[in-house]
Amino acid sequence: MAWLARVYVTPKQGVLDPQGKAVQRALHSLGYPEVDDVRLGKYVEVRLADGSRESVETRVREMCERLLANRVIEDFRFDLDAVATE
Amino acid sequence: MRWGVITFPGSNDDAQTVYVLERLLGESVVRLWHKQTALGPLDCVVLPGGFSYGDYLRCGAMARFSPIMRAVEEFAASGGLVLGICNGFQILCEAGLLPGALIRNRGLSFLCTRVHVRVEEAETAFTDRCQRGDVLDLPVKHGEGCYVADEATLRALEAGRQVVLRYADADGRVTPESNPNGSLGAIAGIRNARGNVFGMMPHPEHACEWLVGGEDGRKIFLSIMARGGSAVDAAGAPSSSKVLSGP
Repeated sequence: MAWLARVYVTPKQGVLDPQGKAVQRALHSLGYPEVDDVRLGKYVEVRLADGSRESVETRVREMCERLLANRVIEDFRFDLDAVATE
Repeated sequence: MRWGVITFPGSNDDAQTVYVLERLLGESVVRLWHKQTALGPLDCVVLPGGFSYGDYLRCGAMARFSPIMRAVEEFAASGGLVLGICNGFQILCEAGLLPGALIRNRGLSFLCTRVHVRVEEAETAFTDRCQRGDVLDLPVKHGEGCYVADEATLRALEAGRQVVLRYADADGRVTPESNPNGSLGAIAGIRNARGNVFGMMPHPEHACEWLVGGEDGRKIFLSIMARGGSAVDAAGAPSSSKVLSGP
């Protein structure tokens, strides 16, 4: 048994997101005026070796805090799924 | 004085910085590789511009964990002078040696142009040879130069006179048009509270001879040299305790 962490990193509320704004404008020009806001973030898949859910969760949270996200400008969340070892 | 210039994989202004210090200013320079774990005896260490580790994930995010960064952190903690230029500034923010972060330019375009910056603080170890209000003409070349920080941090930076350089027009007026990348407070360069760590987005090393269009960048290096690597401020109060610091 192994683990797959799906990490989502997004710009914090209030932090400028010029890329999101550009995508929003592009969607408007494509005929989707209902788009109120777009925030552009990152999606990271991390595969991890065996371990208890609790310890893996702690380790992934630490990875997010130390490297995957910059807490000054970004928020993160992640899902953790048990996957069969390949 | 003795300088160190760090090369990370992807640094590209390291050679120019060494050239300016050695050939134009006659200084002694040690080239440092990011895998080194010690700096050796130095008065000032420079983190140059470039695209360390391809700027993958975030600019400076991975360089911040290079082996040499622990030595840089210790050097900074003991009061040594640290200058981060462009990518170096981004690395210092990622490392927490300077507050805030640098994100994608508001206009989304990579900027390669000349800007004017106004010297907000002249009594620093990095701008000693300037007068408050001086306008420097310096090049920028960055995609992620928009300085951001939360409101409390911005207030603390202003109150602590840590904003050293601000984007302005040629006459020193800070206007929306003179801010090339959307930086909050038009911030182009900041120092830490102690005054010995300084990060700036413009490139002083690319403005040190008329051949390349200007010499204003020399003022930054000459300021550092004027203090001989000491972060003691002009009033004589030690903002650094390089000599006094304990083990």
